Amino acid sequence: MVEETAAAIPAPPARGTRRLDALVGAAAVEAVLVPVGALVVSLLLFGIFVALAGVSPLRVYGYMIKGSVGSWFSLQNSLTRAAPLILTALCTALPAQVGLMIIGGEGAFVIGGLFAAMAGVALLGAPAPVALLGMAAAGIVAGGLWLALAGALRHWRGVNETISSLLLNYIAIAILNQLVEGLFRDPHSLNKPSSPSISYAHMIGTIPGTEIHWGLVVGIVVCLCAYVLVRHTTIGFAARVTGGNLRAARMVGLPIGRLVMLTCFLGGAAGGLAGMIEIAAVQERASASLIAGYGYTGILVAFLARQNPLAIIPVAILLGGISASGGLLQRDLGLPDAATVVLQGIIFVCILASDSVYGRIPWGGRAAASA
Amino acid sequence: MLGTGAALTAALPMRFAAAAEQVVGFIYVGPHDDFGYNQAHAQGANAVAKMAGVKVLQEENVPEDVAVSKTMESMIQEDGATLLFPTSFGYFDPYILREAPKFAKVRFEHCGGLWTAKNPKNIGSYFGYIFEGQYINGIVAGYASKSGKLGFVAAKPIPQVLQNINAFTLGARLVNPKATTSVIFTGDWSMPVKEAEATNSLIDQGIDVVTMHVDSPKVVVQTAAKRGAMVCGYHCSQAALAPQAYLTGAEWNWIDLYPRFVTMWMKGEPIPNFYRGGFKEGLIKQSPYGPKVSATAKHHADQVKAGLTAGKYVIFKGPLKDNTGKMVLGSGQELIQSNATDAKLEAMNFLVAGVLGSLPA
Repeated sequence: MVEETAAAIPAPPARGTRRLDALVGAAAVEAVLVPVGALVVSLLLFGIFVALAGVSPLRVYGYMIKGSVGSWFSLQNSLTRAAPLILTALCTALPAQVGLMIIGGEGAFVIGGLFAAMAGVALLGAPAPVALLGMAAAGIVAGGLWLALAGALRHWRGVNETISSLLLNYIAIAILNQLVEGLFRDPHSLNKPSSPSISYAHMIGTIPGTEIHWGLVVGIVVCLCAYVLVRHTTIGFAARVTGGNLRAARMVGLPIGRLVMLTCFLGGAAGGLAGMIEIAAVQERASASLIAGYGYTGILVAFLARQNPLAIIPVAILLGGISASGGLLQRDLGLPDAATVVLQGIIFVCILASDSVYGRIPWGGRAAASA
Repeated sequence: MLGTGAALTAALPMRFAAAAEQVVGFIYVGPHDDFGYNQAHAQGANAVAKMAGVKVLQEENVPEDVAVSKTMESMIQEDGATLLFPTSFGYFDPYILREAPKFAKVRFEHCGGLWTAKNPKNIGSYFGYIFEGQYINGIVAGYASKSGKLGFVAAKPIPQVLQNINAFTLGARLVNPKATTSVIFTGDWSMPVKEAEATNSLIDQGIDVVTMHVDSPKVVVQTAAKRGAMVCGYHCSQAALAPQAYLTGAEWNWIDLYPRFVTMWMKGEPIPNFYRGGFKEGLIKQSPYGPKVSATAKHHADQVKAGLTAGKYVIFKGPLKDNTGKMVLGSGQELIQSNATDAKLEAMNFLVAGVLGSLPA
């Protein structure tokens, strides 16, 4: 690519001014510049939108900064909201490596939370580490099997995994409602059907000196592991080959069925773990409040991160920040809650559209981006 | 944390001008203009906003998870709120219970009637016996219905909802002892598609008056009106959506209660930690009668309402049978709507005779 464009350059850059793309490779620079550019464009479009709604875009940007990173409080607010998204994004990003489009994060989150709550109630008397491990295992296995179901339907029955994982969300929600309103209901939860509470001693605490629960750290660690798995192991390589060219993968004899099941299971496991953390760090019990849409926002995060597990971390924090500042936009500027949804939508469209820019930046034509 | 707070205040000079005001925050679980549960609270917030020396903050669509904790903290720390109205039932445990000890000088007023003496003293929880209004709805519906077949679109089979279904049915059977109420549970508080389907299927069965207990009655009201059925409202008035088909409605009276609470707070008077009531205490009210309500119906309904307002009328009293024929209240037994909650009333788990439908086992 660089050679191609080089032919069109009238004069070669002067010696000594080493360009950034030459230093770290055009692809790496693009991977940062394109999404950042798309973000700037979407913020500008959002500015036009709020201006049409009669609010000064500059004030909106100011409040967005204030509400997301403007103070220690708002920074913690953004990070807390990002925690579940980091994990639910993996529900989509991991199966995407083998070319599957799974949107079942909500179901994995709900089912993981439900089974984690069951384990927590069963382990009421156990020591905290045992109870937490038991809850985490229950959430991981339940969420993993849940999305593995979509993978199995795809691989062995040819069922479209996007549709089946979406429908599995509704089934998971129905199972949750059925259990917390029936078999698994705390009889004291009269007007808000809920499961019994897990033990207070088993709750996940906050990172010392902050109000952010440890789920954020867990999410980041899981994302780093996922990145290593995808980019630096033979399994990850095989998965990406399968995703890149299924026929080629078949020709070289890659175990496609196992790769599909593994990535779906791991994606679901991340979602189930997010559900477990939601129970153990926030909600204490399973109820309809688990259905808060973290799974769906996770899809958005995965796409914005272009299915890259490492990029999921900053993107989740960005969306956590947008949602944290949404309150201020409502309260102090009188914008409707839908304003943040509009912004999320604009960002989504801009990032998808920016895909067409990759590989087309005429590096040599500009002296910009110099180190 | 305090340091950054002070720095922020300095960065925004307008906050100084506002310092003398009392800042009151309202938090809603759904849209503030839902023609239902949340709009009723938003009307109360608007009444507070008209008071002198008060600044009102509102935030809508706040789910019952960490989001509501953060919204409460943000209203307190970033906007200086001293009185909060987190209005969704599910905000109480664990979210309000966790925030109240952290902000001892802030008052949390929760809608749901859940406070007990074990909970922090800076929390209050209030709720209304809105089934009194559904009883009046039932009387009006009993007169208006030609078929004697009434319909109820309900969210979940929980005590609050069952109280409304039963009171509506008892009101209708006061007028027409043969009246029946067919119930459809949609399964959740906001299910617009299922609510429309339920309303249509009720009307297909020959039902001519429909009422509901869902967060936003809008879909049920509009669907019923379009199909030529009559409708009784809930939460707040939906008369504007169906001026001809709307008979009356059971409404929350937050526009009366919230300014009262805010005045008490500003004067430093104690607000009750636990506050329950119906027509008598002014916690609920009835929508004005629509054009299809007969003079007889109005007279009868007004009479009963006067009895309820005087605190002399009990809706659930024995002998009362459920719809399986089982005696649920013996002769002389009463479930009284008073400030001291009746445990049996709060845990209602039956459908009275005349309700067509069943509860999950």
